[in-house]
Amino acid sequence: VEFTKVAADPSIVNLGQGLPDISPPSYVKEELAKAAAVDRLNQYTRGFGHPSLVKALSQVYERVCGRKIDPLTDILVTVGAYGSLFSTIQALIEEGDEVIIIEPFYDCYEPMVRMAGAKPVFIPLRCKNNGNSASSADWVLDPAELANKFNSKTKAIILNTPHNPIGKVFTQEELQVIADLCIKHDTLCISDEVYEWLVYKGNKHMKIATLPGMWERTVTIGSAGKTYSVTGWKLGWSIGPENLIKHLQVVHQNTLYTCPTPLQEALAQAFWIDYKRMDDPDCYFYSLSRELESKRDRMARLLTEAGLKPVIPDGGYFMIVDVSTLNVDLSDVDEKQPYDYKFVRWMIASKKLSAIPLSAFCGPETKKQFEKYIRFCFIKKDSTLDAAEVILKNWNKQTG
Amino acid sequence: QTHFLSLPLQAKMSRAVQARRLEGIDKNIWVEFVKLAATYSKVNLGQGFPDFPAPDFLQEALKRALGSGNHMLHQYTRAFGHPPLVTALAQLFEKLLGRELDPMTNVMVTVGAYQALFCCFQAFVDEGDEVIIIEPFFDCYEPMVKMAGGTPVFVPLRPKAPKDGKLMSSADWQLDPAELASKFSERTKVIVLNSPNNPLGKVFSRGELELIAELCVKHDVLCVSDEVYEWLVYDGRELTRIASLPGMWDRTVIVGSAGKTFSATGWKVGWTVGPDRLLQHLRTVHQNSVYHCATIAQEAVAQGFQRELSLYGKPESYFVQLPRTLQQKRDLLIQSLVAVGMKPIVPEGTYFLVADISEFKSDVPEVPNSDEPYDYRFTKWMMKNKGLAAIPLSAFYSEAHKNNYTNFIRFCFAKEEATLKAANDILQKWKKEKASS
Repeated sequence: VEFTKVAADPSIVNLGQGLPDISPPSYVKEELAKAAAVDRLNQYTRGFGHPSLVKALSQVYERVCGRKIDPLTDILVTVGAYGSLFSTIQALIEEGDEVIIIEPFYDCYEPMVRMAGAKPVFIPLRCKNNGNSASSADWVLDPAELANKFNSKTKAIILNTPHNPIGKVFTQEELQVIADLCIKHDTLCISDEVYEWLVYKGNKHMKIATLPGMWERTVTIGSAGKTYSVTGWKLGWSIGPENLIKHLQVVHQNTLYTCPTPLQEALAQAFWIDYKRMDDPDCYFYSLSRELESKRDRMARLLTEAGLKPVIPDGGYFMIVDVSTLNVDLSDVDEKQPYDYKFVRWMIASKKLSAIPLSAFCGPETKKQFEKYIRFCFIKKDSTLDAAEVILKNWNKQTG
Repeated sequence: QTHFLSLPLQAKMSRAVQARRLEGIDKNIWVEFVKLAATYSKVNLGQGFPDFPAPDFLQEALKRALGSGNHMLHQYTRAFGHPPLVTALAQLFEKLLGRELDPMTNVMVTVGAYQALFCCFQAFVDEGDEVIIIEPFFDCYEPMVKMAGGTPVFVPLRPKAPKDGKLMSSADWQLDPAELASKFSERTKVIVLNSPNNPLGKVFSRGELELIAELCVKHDVLCVSDEVYEWLVYDGRELTRIASLPGMWDRTVIVGSAGKTFSATGWKVGWTVGPDRLLQHLRTVHQNSVYHCATIAQEAVAQGFQRELSLYGKPESYFVQLPRTLQQKRDLLIQSLVAVGMKPIVPEGTYFLVADISEFKSDVPEVPNSDEPYDYRFTKWMMKNKGLAAIPLSAFYSEAHKNNYTNFIRFCFAKEEATLKAANDILQKWKKEKASS
């Protein structure tokens, strides 16, 4: 909330908050216009998800997961993936529970776990090469450290792959380590996979729910906002076994009951269009990824030329950057703030470029570890990246 | 890789998974009745939504937004409410309440009034708190209070016999002042008010609201005022808003709905209006549960309000035309019901009407020792055998009081004339069958 106020200032090149400034595909907008013109579609639909949307989702994900998914019992449509996270945590987590959260983490996980009365248990991703990181793949969990976090009170682990903010795409082997622990300790897995389609060359998105023994204990979360570049539609979904999803449905029927109808109908139609071409490279799920890969590469090049050290993400639309290489002295500024907060404020004021400090994504113990990093969002149109390029090219000329 | 456990044992979660806050709140009448209506009903006067279109100007507003080329309307907007919408709402409520409002701190947009209610209960109710709910009530209040760990305390509206020869009115259902006062204790945190009331259609009078307000002030209790049907008030009545009474602004959250205001229930845009000291807590819940509401729906609703602000009080205002149209539909339905022997309670507001079905006991006999109240059986039978959907009144009562009023069913009359006529045909045919049997 704090950094989005900055976003409203038009003189600042905003690479902070994760929202696209590119246009969603035209057929997505057209389908909304068509849906809103149908009278019945302006009234309530089925609470747990508009029938045509849950049908479309079940088809797409049956194909991806290689298993039958019942649209009525295995899927819940929510207000964004955010709403799915909330419904899942309210449904399945309570006082006395512990929930493992991998740092850095999308910032809502911690408050949502606390709101449910449970205790968050943090484990950091650690950089393999002693702080010299060129790729998101360098950031890994220590298996022994992870195993130590599990105990009889552990109710769930929250997984985010592709990962925000680092962009890590967990490999099958890494997921197997997590899966083995979930099975051994009989815990749930909440798998936030909103960036599932945004995976770059050489990487494959793996769904932990498809590993042996995992379907029954995993809720997988997806997002229309990230899939179709329509974050403002606020539609997401939870997919899993009936014995878990039914509890999410109870939360949903007691919190907001149903999601907007015309948006769900439009999304359903967009999914049919892309479902039919899932073997075709023009499918938006793949074409968006290709478009973003070139933006990623451009961003990385610009940052490197400016003397910064980007960590190239294997997925997602964020990139973290080590800013310590610039040696910007901010020691006279408020000492209580982590370095990255101070750096971002300084960068906004003096360079008119915004990003998000990485310690915003960490628990209290780990803030020091991550305070030399800031996060950039690169799902931006060319003119935005052009403006960022100008700033970055002029960076060293102005640094005093 | 070896797995020590056999696959079936691996697969299942062996412990109880769900959180205890879900206890007792898993049943929901709408899930059941919407399914039944979808299967059996030819004429659906059950669930509360219009079957006539949303007004043209709203559809046009959405079209304009989509055609504007501003694709940022498809991205996140301000979390607590899209600026044009909160601005329009603040302007409207300044007029209605006669006080200055800050759109940023006195207004918050939600995913329908439903989510506004959820935020209120989550924000204000803790374990050990009591919440007074007036029966009959919109069914979600009870489970929401329970989910927040609170204890619902019920107080009934009691019907007084109407004057001779007149139809009963929703105004004849009243609170007993002494009974109401007895429900307030030191644990009372909130009272939920719904005026105009779903399902009865009661519009609480100024005097009735003053009674409630006095008790709120005396016991330092908050008021959640569900006013979603605020524009649907008939016979020239005016709605009194409890927040405008002395001592109430500071302790009241008003809940409203674009779905009901603009006949577009599927858009799920609602709002809360109140003092910053209360709304700040709603914002906390909101930012930890849904965070943002859909941008483009808010944009179109904002334009709808801008139009209404410019036409306020004028005959072309939708706020003037909609109640006029609905009053005619109300009266049509009343005629149909009276003709067939159902006894309607004339609603002062909302688009619901409750009718007494005692005369039909011969068609659908009581079943002794049935665990389902009579009106549930009746409505299910009516749906399956006559194709007409309505909702049993006991759905709007707490478990303990479900058997107090089992001879009533609720109809929704926000329907095209063709639908109301079709309902009339069913009822007339039924009456003829009864007469000849």
